[in-house]
Amino acid sequence: MSSHKEYEILNRKILTPSFVILSVLTAIGFYFIGVRFFEGIGAVTNLSDAYPWGIWIAYDVATGTAIACGGYAVAILVYILNNNHYHPLMRSAMLTSLFGYGLAGFSVVIDLGRFWNMFNLLKPQFWQLNSIMFEVAMCVMIYTFVLFLEFSPAIFEKLQESENYGMARLSEKFSKFLDKYLIYFIILGITLPTMHQSSLGSMMIIAAFKLHPNWHTPILPLLFLINCIFIGYSIVIFESITSSFKFGRPYETSQLAGLGRIALFLALGWIAIRFTDLFVRNQLMEAFSFDFYSVMFLIESALIILGSVILMSGHNLNSPRKLFISASLIVLGGGLYRFNTYIIGFDPGVGFSYFPAFGEFMITVGIVSFEILLYSIFVKIFPVLPAVHKSKAIGGSNV
Amino acid sequence: MKKSRRDFLKICGAAALGTAVPAAADASSAKVFTDNKDFSMLYDSTICVGCKACVTTCKQVNDLATEQGKFDKNNLWDSPEKLDSNTRTIIKLYKESPEKYAFVKKQCMHCAKPSCVSACPVSAMQKSDNGIVFYDKDICIGCRYCLIACPYNIPKFEWEKPIPKIVKCDMCKFTNFKQKGITACAEVCPTDAILFGKRGDLIKIAKKRIKDHPDIYIHHIYGEHEVGGANCIYLAGVDFNKLSFPNLPNPSAAALSENIQHTIYKGFIAPVALYGTLCFVAFRNRKSKKDGDNEQS
Ligand code: SF4
Ligand code: SF4
Repeated sequence: MSSHKEYEILNRKILTPSFVILSVLTAIGFYFIGVRFFEGIGAVTNLSDAYPWGIWIAYDVATGTAIACGGYAVAILVYILNNNHYHPLMRSAMLTSLFGYGLAGFSVVIDLGRFWNMFNLLKPQFWQLNSIMFEVAMCVMIYTFVLFLEFSPAIFEKLQESENYGMARLSEKFSKFLDKYLIYFIILGITLPTMHQSSLGSMMIIAAFKLHPNWHTPILPLLFLINCIFIGYSIVIFESITSSFKFGRPYETSQLAGLGRIALFLALGWIAIRFTDLFVRNQLMEAFSFDFYSVMFLIESALIILGSVILMSGHNLNSPRKLFISASLIVLGGGLYRFNTYIIGFDPGVGFSYFPAFGEFMITVGIVSFEILLYSIFVKIFPVLPAVHKSKAIGGSNV
Repeated sequence: MKKSRRDFLKICGAAALGTAVPAAADASSAKVFTDNKDFSMLYDSTICVGCKACVTTCKQVNDLATEQGKFDKNNLWDSPEKLDSNTRTIIKLYKESPEKYAFVKKQCMHCAKPSCVSACPVSAMQKSDNGIVFYDKDICIGCRYCLIACPYNIPKFEWEKPIPKIVKCDMCKFTNFKQKGITACAEVCPTDAILFGKRGDLIKIAKKRIKDHPDIYIHHIYGEHEVGGANCIYLAGVDFNKLSFPNLPNPSAAALSENIQHTIYKGFIAPVALYGTLCFVAFRNRKSKKDGDNEQS
């Protein structure tokens, strides 16, 4: 029953050259965060009344949480489609999701002009049930907590081996408790992203006269939902291959080929829905008119289609290199779709433009570096990565 | 400010179901309102002489900072160029030739179905019963979703301040209107280019003006139907596009957004059903796995 053997702690030095580089980038980011809090959002960003949202929302929140959907995507596979084969990938996927969402939340606090009023979101007398942002905010807050719970067995597993007897006993108790009830939270952890990821799409419906028709459609919620799931599978492939490569561990080839097949199916299905929608709205001609918005649309679609086409061959599905390339293409294309919907396709009228300022950009870079930094520390402290001798065994979990 | 008891019960209901999500609030339709309960302003561009008394008075009454023009080294005049966090209303000039020009006044339209109110997650943007769309900075979290949502780009944010707020016209709700029952701009206008009154009455006046002088006016009352109608309505002698009013369709985007959201989340049934179904599936999976394990061992 114990999952000790399923995951293992990575036994490596924490202080490496990439650790130093990431720390420097994080420090620069935090310097600009300081400036933002002392001198206002205008001091570090190029945001304006016409472009009130920039990369902090378009990248850190709208795109970042999709990239953090690996945990959600794998959980669907393991718990709903009953494919235990993928269980060894759960923890690392959960961990990246936890950091992804946690740091998206952190970006939001930096972005909120009147952040000290943030807790008004929790006071029922202020709830505004028509607001899509209200729903997204609530779901994301609860989901981040659920992700923490879902990841916590890794922490307790580690603490159980602690020298301190009391601590070890307590952790054991918690582990038992979680073993029993965690499933309810895991399911909640599937329900909540289904809700808020689709709502991230709904959020831009109200900007009907500003969002370019290549992106504005009443089915934005459906497109955002499917989009985050195929990004989720692709990012798991991406992360797994990256960490295998970086830490010199064997590739989880058989699992990854399966994920690749699902990503392919969803990505092509999504493209089909997207094109049908453009056709139904009489927008297809304009989407191919090769103006600026059309080119952005074409790049986004081309990346996803190219990535999918590579995955169509069974040979490529078993090659880590090809898998890596196609997963990257799909993540880029799917991410660009979200970025387009939030920023590039956003057109508040003639005479306005937006390009992120240096400080604004560095805050995002700093936050992402911080996220990678934490991840690389965590896998070296807690049992997160699939145990090597098990990784090839089929259905090898929990038996 | 105050929520009705019914709203509160609805919210409790949603809360009781586990998470808080737009649940039971009425799906609003895109219908245009024509009743006479809303306060309203009619601005007639053909009468306005561009004296900007309204702009200055608005700043005095609502305590907004002046803006220094580039030409004005000694800061003698207040010279705002556009609506911003120090300027709730402004007069702009459209000029085709020395003979053909027109002024136009810009401020919040006080929409019938305001997108800013629909967007705001914490009810910091609200519409009062008399039609005024106003803002409460003590609730606002500064997310700027209202700026994204407003089809007229009206709400402004204090970008340069560490403790910023949103700024927009609130028909002097807490100042001139509260004291004298009229907006400061309408009160001070020397030519009566701005009329203040009930919306139904002002629509009648506007229609009559177009009927009496069909040669002077564009035959369109801007704000009568745009995105569900607005409380600020306009008459002009030149095309509204030239006065930088956007061409907007009649249904409100806020209504579309709310309809989609309420369809998905009607009575919070779908999320609960989703959770239930997923739990069911997961438990069945777990059971079948256990059975499988037993057989194996
Ligand atoms: S014009 Fe904009 S700010 Fe004013 S009520 Fe309408 S949506 Fe709100
Ligand atoms: S910035 Fe303030 S008023 Fe505008 S939507 Fe956000 S919380 Fe509401």
